[in-house]
Amino acid sequence: MLLAVFADIHANRQAFAACLDMARARGAERMILLGDFVGYGADPEWTVETVMGLVAGSAIAVRGNHDNAVATPSESMNAEAQAAIEWTRGRLSAEQRRFLSELPLALQEDDRLYVHSEASNPQRWRYVQSTPDAARSMVATKAHVTFCGHIHKPALYSMSSTAKMTNFVPVVDVQVQLLAGRQWLAVLGSVGQPRDGNPAAAFAMFDTTSKAITYCRVPYDVEAAAARIRENGLPHWLADRLSVGR
Amino acid sequence: MAKLPVQPGAVIDGFIIGECVHRGGMATLWSVTRPDFDCPLLMKIPRVSEGEDPAAIVSFEMEQMILPRLSGPHVPRCYATGDFARQAYVVIEPIPGTTLYSPLGELPLPYDEARLIAGKIATALADLHRQNVIHHDIKPSSVLIRPSGEAVLIDFGLSHHNQLPDLLQEEFRIPHGTAPYMAPERLLGVRDDPRSDLFSLGVLLYFFTTGVRPFGESETLRGMRRRLWRDPYPPRKLKPDYPPWLQEIVLRCLEIEPVWRHPAASQLAFDLAHPDQLKLTARSERLNRDPISTVWRRRFNGNLTQPKAKADLAAQLASSPIVAVALDTAEGSEPLNEAMRVTAQRVLATLPSARLACLSVLKLGRLTIDRALDEEGNNKHIDRLVSLRHWASPLKLDENRLTVHVLEAIDPASAILEFAAVNHVDHIVIGARQNSLKRSLLGSVSARVAAEAPCTVTVVRPPRLAALQGEESEDGTKTREVRASPGSVQ
Repeated sequence: MLLAVFADIHANRQAFAACLDMARARGAERMILLGDFVGYGADPEWTVETVMGLVAGSAIAVRGNHDNAVATPSESMNAEAQAAIEWTRGRLSAEQRRFLSELPLALQEDDRLYVHSEASNPQRWRYVQSTPDAARSMVATKAHVTFCGHIHKPALYSMSSTAKMTNFVPVVDVQVQLLAGRQWLAVLGSVGQPRDGNPAAAFAMFDTTSKAITYCRVPYDVEAAAARIRENGLPHWLADRLSVGR
Repeated sequence: MAKLPVQPGAVIDGFIIGECVHRGGMATLWSVTRPDFDCPLLMKIPRVSEGEDPAAIVSFEMEQMILPRLSGPHVPRCYATGDFARQAYVVIEPIPGTTLYSPLGELPLPYDEARLIAGKIATALADLHRQNVIHHDIKPSSVLIRPSGEAVLIDFGLSHHNQLPDLLQEEFRIPHGTAPYMAPERLLGVRDDPRSDLFSLGVLLYFFTTGVRPFGESETLRGMRRRLWRDPYPPRKLKPDYPPWLQEIVLRCLEIEPVWRHPAASQLAFDLAHPDQLKLTARSERLNRDPISTVWRRRFNGNLTQPKAKADLAAQLASSPIVAVALDTAEGSEPLNEAMRVTAQRVLATLPSARLACLSVLKLGRLTIDRALDEEGNNKHIDRLVSLRHWASPLKLDENRLTVHVLEAIDPASAILEFAAVNHVDHIVIGARQNSLKRSLLGSVSARVAAEAPCTVTVVRPPRLAALQGEESEDGTKTREVRASPGSVQ
């Protein structure tokens, strides 16, 4: 089966819609949604509604820290993220808020684990930003492939049977076969707020038969998404950063 | 993992095992058949099921990732792969004939025969590099020659694919490969420079034409590390009739710094195909190794033996050059520095991903003891850095595009040239020294940099001065393209 995996959509309607279009055009049969559906962006209602629609079908979704913060105001965040969350909370319906708060933190399907941050302690929301971080996550699971997001920068780590690590910055549209002899941690780039210097929206396709992952980038109407953020009175930096991908 | 017995008659994924054609250190080769294939097939099975070195597993994984992506006449065709979950294998096209390992008894080969073989390997490497793969284990036993004449490269277990994870990244504390053929930068952990393959091919060519391996056969890390600073004996010392063009090619392949080797395998193949058109440099005539002072400088100057920043794809490099501006910040240089800023601005305007390195040379006295402080007690080094930043500030460059460097040296031209070489500078912008007695006595720094730099050099003069001299172009700048002349030995 061909999966399309999305992380850190962050209420960016233009980016998410563009990614969904490309994933469907490439034959995605099932959507995997790795959390942080809201926060930062200006279209939380549409985004959560779309996610709920997908989950009502065959999609799988897990909870991110921003989704968690909507229900749990105590979640610690920086000022801009906090402002965006306060604003978001007022926009979502009770049903949407409940949907977010009831999402699982992690979900295993066959030999694949889906989690927002990392596998060792999902509710601590730790970032995978180095090889040791990736190793900590991989030893905590038996899954052949863990898919996560949270850091907003795509990366692909592996651990051999003798616990030797490799790290790699994936090349767009180059398929990588995730060999069966080792464990893999696929860190997704962000759909709605890329931070790897490339403003294009990021997602990945995974073929469960050939075990091949392809990281994809989609250009989208950044200006429209930024304009929505500004016109809703959210911090301007949240709009500005979209165009630089930082 | 339930292992399948591998023996004649066994069936793996539909492939019927025939006879074992080769038992190597890392893998066994079996002739196999499958009803839906009407061509001869070879199955390569790693020797891991017998409790062998885990390195064999990783090498095999690399081969499994890389082989199916390769195409063309210079690699064996890959038909199928199986992973370690059941039985690891790759099914490839058998290449008729023997590897280049077999003529080793007849060395040295006639020069022209060796040239033709090396040319075929260089062509195969160019094709491999174009497919984003660096072989990393070029040696006689990795090369076969097809009946139709093309070289075929085999054994990709140590290879690096520029667009795939490098599974060998942290696997071995010491670099894995065949010691006599390994490029020096491999010993520093560099795995992404295609010119490492050109070095190995140089070792092979040296060996085939002299009968001697240029770096001996030492397998110890200590023995291998010598090649980081010690160059081999020029072949002409071993064989007085050695053709200068061949020595030019071989020694260029064996340059310690990859930047001095051929920039691409295709250019090496071109040289091997047209030896009569080769531009000979001083290296073609050399009879001795580098003087001990050069060797010591290499050995104890950390900068030269540091691994370089990760090399990217060639196209990327071409679009993001490093531009170095060598400035004189002394009093009275303002008109020249202004003209240099205009030139730098023009260069940078067309290359949005170019980086600018601003250099200033703090000249050291040959005999005097230099002090870091000037008469007023200011730190000369820091003052220069401040001046450089001040010069660059109107360019309004991002911090990550601008660097400033104060080089302390007795000989400014050498310092600039060395900086340019070590940092892979693509373009040097330098001011012409103004007319003076000193210039006519000592020769100018810019002239030497322009003549010897491995990159494009733009020599800038302020407009007023050019008018006075009445010899330069109207806009007052004079651009000279200088081709790499790595052969110059000082």
